[in-house]
Amino acid sequence: MLGNEAFAQGAYEAGVKVVSSYPGTPSTEVTEALAKRDGIHVEWAPNEKVGVEVAMGASTGGVRALSCMKHVGLNVAADPFFTAAYTGVSGGVVVLAADDNGCHSSQNEQDSRYYARSAGVPALEPADPQECKDYIKLAYEISEKYDTIVLLRSNTRLSHSRGIVELGERCERERIPYVKDIQKRVAMPAMAKKLHVVQEARLKQIEKDGPAMTAGDGALPLNRVEMGDTAIGIITSGICYQYVKDALPEASVLKLGLINPLPKELIRDFAARVEKLYVIEEGEPFFEEQIRAMGVAVTGGKDMFTIQGEYSANMIRKAFGRPLPESEPAKDAPGRPPLLCAGCPHRGLFHVLSKLKKTVMGDIGCYTLAALPPTAAMDSCLCMGGSITMAHGFEKATGSSRDVVAVLGDSTFFHSGITGLVNMRYNGSHGTVIVLDNRITGMTGHQDNPSTGRNARGEEAPAIDIAALCRAIGVEHIVEIDPFEIKDLERVIKEETERDELSVIITKRPCALIAKQPDIPYLVSDACKNCKQCMKIGCPAIEEKDGRPYIVPERCVGCGLCEKVCPFSAIEIAADGKEGR
Amino acid sequence: MDKMNILIVGVGGQGTLLASVLLGNLALDKGYDVKLSEVHGMAQRGGSVVTHVKIDREHVNSPLIEPGDADMIIAFEELEAYRWLPYLKKGGVMYVNTQQIMPMPVVLGQAEYPQDIIARLKEKAGRVVAFDALAIAESCGSVKAVNVVLLGAASRDLPFDTDEWQQVIEKNVKTKFIDLNKMAFDQGRTAGGNE
Repeated sequence: MLGNEAFAQGAYEAGVKVVSSYPGTPSTEVTEALAKRDGIHVEWAPNEKVGVEVAMGASTGGVRALSCMKHVGLNVAADPFFTAAYTGVSGGVVVLAADDNGCHSSQNEQDSRYYARSAGVPALEPADPQECKDYIKLAYEISEKYDTIVLLRSNTRLSHSRGIVELGERCERERIPYVKDIQKRVAMPAMAKKLHVVQEARLKQIEKDGPAMTAGDGALPLNRVEMGDTAIGIITSGICYQYVKDALPEASVLKLGLINPLPKELIRDFAARVEKLYVIEEGEPFFEEQIRAMGVAVTGGKDMFTIQGEYSANMIRKAFGRPLPESEPAKDAPGRPPLLCAGCPHRGLFHVLSKLKKTVMGDIGCYTLAALPPTAAMDSCLCMGGSITMAHGFEKATGSSRDVVAVLGDSTFFHSGITGLVNMRYNGSHGTVIVLDNRITGMTGHQDNPSTGRNARGEEAPAIDIAALCRAIGVEHIVEIDPFEIKDLERVIKEETERDELSVIITKRPCALIAKQPDIPYLVSDACKNCKQCMKIGCPAIEEKDGRPYIVPERCVGCGLCEKVCPFSAIEIAADGKEGR
Repeated sequence: MDKMNILIVGVGGQGTLLASVLLGNLALDKGYDVKLSEVHGMAQRGGSVVTHVKIDREHVNSPLIEPGDADMIIAFEELEAYRWLPYLKKGGVMYVNTQQIMPMPVVLGQAEYPQDIIARLKEKAGRVVAFDALAIAESCGSVKAVNVVLLGAASRDLPFDTDEWQQVIEKNVKTKFIDLNKMAFDQGRTAGGNE
């Protein structure tokens, strides 16, 4: 079972009733797996802040609730997260944040553990899929016992690894009746001051109780000491624990499962029992700095290991002077960056933007790939919704909106784009926003969103009309267009950017991976003059063969964009078994 | 066989994930501890992808295979075989689909696709089995079956018998594709022996 499926299984067994998440690699599959189970309300929220707030409402209503997100999603959800740390819960609440050490699918490598520390929220970190299941169940017990939200931290390698998981039964729970309590739930200054006192005391209690906490059927200690050779003692957690066990099988290990608050006495005891203490943790020196601040001597931490990327057993072997397996790097292997799929609707737009040489404020989604050659039609990618607001700021700085556009996807627009558009309208922008409406949340693996007409379970749901929403905000110039009609699109972009008024262009064409494609491949005919225009659209189906463009039939989905960019009409449908040149 | 590390590499969209799930489930059925590590998200869009499959009679710690530590590499594409070659253990075996997919830097003329990859693999690897798995998959009815063709070939060096493979295909593949995949497996296994 995938780590993320194990989280879902644990939440299911724990009797979770409400799940509200926003998709984000590497966290998405938890919510997807729960959407397939009965007896739970599972929804895709428009963003992570909404997800955590819905979970808090469900908790107030008396049931166990879950909100899942990637690390950067926790930034969006930080507002309710910090105050929920004060108010506590009724039904248990778990916030699952999956970090992306190694930046496999993210814009940064931030370390979510600091959120637990600065908000004063207990946090757990599992090390394999079985623990994913066991720890989320324990997280619900902690949440209700101590009246607190709990942060469950995962990362890419854990969430996307498969391992053996023992399944259990779902435990249905009675709904806790709602009782009004403004001292607990209304965080206005007079109450908040008192709640802060409660929150601090609660965390101290958890710190005291932490060493006795156990998880799973085997009742393994959450913070586990595995004494071996006392020459080397390692403090670690999560997936790093696995690398340590492979690299230094003889060493003594303190594996932390409760990563906030830290078990100070246990750490002191462990440190006293080993000759040299090392802290091995991916990301920031979160444990190390706290342990050093306790006055415990640490022989090696971030002075031996980087704060960047993923660790590995070989990295640890190397740091400890252990032999590595023989291996020579393959030096001249050219890179293979990811690229937009054959038939991708975004390709038409970025071809045009590249031709018009616009400054493109980009956003988070598959379309961020258009920043790479050959389209290279993106100038920035900051955060969800950042395209619209950066385009606005750019306009205010340069005094003109004619050479800049904002580009973002439909799901991203609902996530954080709307507020930026309201700002543009309110604060007198003349800019142009392009919403790529491909009817799905593409990059994370096709989740539904408020514009798709389906909910997280795949049932019919109201589809929110992006154009109508923009009209309601007061945008007067709204154009809906097929991004593969590249001549019209070019004209529209020119008109709208040259007009000194706010415009929204909605490019409508479904994601190539879900829409039925004609699937009749195109070919390059003898009329080809070898100008290579077709190779500049960056389609994975077009390669060079014998010095000329060639369409690989099994990769071509028949979208026909190359035919439209060919100035010599040398690209045609390969009907009737016709062969390309 | 007590333990084995198998790296499955290819280009996003080629079906490497299903191959690893079939292999992992079979090892699980046969009582091994199994860990798999996969690539989801952005890199899946036509990028270089890798799945790590570790099986052990006792216990697997890290889900990652490290350079110099793979007993076998199953490669869906030549350049990806070459890129991941450093992960092969001394004397390890490689099963390679002789397909070439040009990465964008090569299409744009910014980089060159390495020449004579199979010969270079043969210099370093213990044994290389290279064949056109795509053509076999096509002859079985779908280019998408290339993953099962490669598994069929590689099954010659994996500790499970043919019946067990057929069963795991039945359990994990959609009903209408079972026959196609069984044929792809058999033909892959034959091709793997001919090389």
